[in-house]
Amino acid sequence: DTLGLGRPATEAEIKAWDLDVRPDGRGLPPGSGSVADGEELFVDYCSVCHGVFAEGVDNWPELAGGDDTLADEDPVKTVGSYWPYLSTAWDYVHRSMPYGNAQSLTHDEVYAIVAYILYSNFLVEDDFVLSHENFLEVEMPNADGFIVDDRAETEYPVFSTAPCMTDCKDSVEITMRARVLDVTPEDDSAAAPAPEPEVTQAAAPAGPDPELVAAGEKVFKRCAACHQVGEGAQNRVGPVLTGIVGQPAGAVADFRYSKALEERAEEGLIWDAETLKAFLAKPKEFLPRNKMSFPGLRKDEDLAAIVAFLQAQE
Amino acid sequence: ADDPLITEVQPWAQSFGDGVDATPYGMPIEYESDVVRRNVEWLTADTISSINFTPIHALDGTITPQGCAFERHHSGAIDLPKEDYRLMINGLVDTPLVFTYADLERFPRENHVYFCECAANTGMEWAGAQLNGAQFTHGMIHNMEYSGIPLRTLLNEAGLDAAGDLADKWVFVEGADASSNGRSIPMVKALDDVLVAFKANGEALRKEHGYPVRLVVPGWEGNMWVKWLRRVEVMDGPVESREETSKYTDVLEDGTARKWTWEMDAKSVVTSPSPQAPITHGKGPLVITGLAWSGRGSITRVDVSLDGGKNWQEARLAAPGTDKALTRFYLDHDWQGEEMLLQSRAHDSTGYVQPTKNQLREMRGLNSIYHNNGIQTWWVRETGEAENVEVS
Repeated sequence: DTLGLGRPATEAEIKAWDLDVRPDGRGLPPGSGSVADGEELFVDYCSVCHGVFAEGVDNWPELAGGDDTLADEDPVKTVGSYWPYLSTAWDYVHRSMPYGNAQSLTHDEVYAIVAYILYSNFLVEDDFVLSHENFLEVEMPNADGFIVDDRAETEYPVFSTAPCMTDCKDSVEITMRARVLDVTPEDDSAAAPAPEPEVTQAAAPAGPDPELVAAGEKVFKRCAACHQVGEGAQNRVGPVLTGIVGQPAGAVADFRYSKALEERAEEGLIWDAETLKAFLAKPKEFLPRNKMSFPGLRKDEDLAAIVAFLQAQE
Repeated sequence: ADDPLITEVQPWAQSFGDGVDATPYGMPIEYESDVVRRNVEWLTADTISSINFTPIHALDGTITPQGCAFERHHSGAIDLPKEDYRLMINGLVDTPLVFTYADLERFPRENHVYFCECAANTGMEWAGAQLNGAQFTHGMIHNMEYSGIPLRTLLNEAGLDAAGDLADKWVFVEGADASSNGRSIPMVKALDDVLVAFKANGEALRKEHGYPVRLVVPGWEGNMWVKWLRRVEVMDGPVESREETSKYTDVLEDGTARKWTWEMDAKSVVTSPSPQAPITHGKGPLVITGLAWSGRGSITRVDVSLDGGKNWQEARLAAPGTDKALTRFYLDHDWQGEEMLLQSRAHDSTGYVQPTKNQLREMRGLNSIYHNNGIQTWWVRETGEAENVEVS
């Protein structure tokens, strides 16, 4: 019994979405990538969060190390120490990374990055090239480290007996208090109200068109995974963009720029409305080998809006 | 003394309130502005891939309002207009199909109330009491009435003859967001009670809960309830994706890990009094209340202890427990200002009784992160203030 709703999916549609890769290698597209190429890609696209050696930055996941720590007090669960299947790493990098610009890597780039992650876990040598052909030859150290949920056998019988109701223990002592650690977020609802923002009346409309700025704020959502603006802004995957319009390129403190961008900065590149638009329209053409993994804004109105928004961030 | 709120004419009794056009879509009144989702900043690197917590300490009943129901995203809550929504069913089916949102609205639909709990709810408490508040210890949960289509209806539409014997088949489900968050689900579950839902509590899903369409996987860990659901693939085995290998697996004391720990075991918590909801009214009648749930059936009974588990009494269930949904319990108590070590203990329809944290630790060690359903203790002081503690 069917209702005849929906329509057949085309082959191209299935190919576009059916990307998952299985532990036995099914779903892997042909391709290859070397540790050396992977290192370069990793430094550009991944190291901001995962560290140059895949060791993890701040709270971001560490991808390497942690051998023989799974039974320790704080196990370090990395691709090398924990992940049972290499297919998982390929599949995840391919479909969900880089963070903020998923599905932008070519198949060869994914092979190369996964090869580098293996290398950073000392699982392959530095001349290793990973491909669809040798994929299943890589041995994952924790492949046998998993068991299927056994709660039904080990726990449910123990936890399914009639419980004690009275005089169940001799004494009750407090053994630990949360207040000692004090990691609970402050309740700010009782805090003093924020001071009214100072309103200054501009004599003439010197700044960008407010409507365009508002439109730009929406466009900026696409940038916000990597860039911050405004009060308390910090460098993340990309540099802080407060005051970027009119600023020399490569000038944000404490940000590691690509070589390509640093070279153009030395040549005197200034981020004005025109250069920003040109860059954001086609980042890879305007600045080949720069590390911003953003494909570019297609619409002129989005380009105008984002520049207006950035102009308003002083 | 006379209460001026009664003896004097109050402004709201004299002049007008708001007209009917003041709030075409209403928000809670300003005096309830503290009843909001909260984030624990140190938990994750970035709010784009993070989780916040339902203010369960301040809610009553069982239905969670969408506006304060916890959110968990892996690449942020995306804007996906329903006109642009597509759902693909492919893999081992007779005809791979694509549905639009309008197509989905034409299938016979059902309504069910289910809880959705993150597998990591209470996960910060494995090594001991950490966070002071039911919102933070137990707030990765919500409970809504979903309107949607049984997944089996859509699978049948595509035809399962091509899949052969269904007993060993799986579906892989994934979302349209950048994380895609794919999970493998055994066909037996997919054909049982899984819903493809587009309404919650009567209205469209909120963006943060997967608008326009999410998967509802009753009783199973929240990560499997894929939001912005875009594809269901019938397969002859699991994908072993990142979310079912490197995450959402439970490391035991010897370093081996359990995988496919989908079910959420019976659990309960006293929501008030609790650290964020102290007793402020002094001695006398006190409503002790909380929530109980089980991913393996319905709640049949909840016990409450006032003395840290030495003695227990049966609480009153506000309504009989229903399958894989929250149950509200009450214990109406005459409080004489005594210190209390408040605990609750859930029983479900399988006969399972919620264990203590130490019982769980004996089984699993301290490193499981997920699936901590141990009994919670609040230490209520003579002042009425409460603290998250552990007891012997």
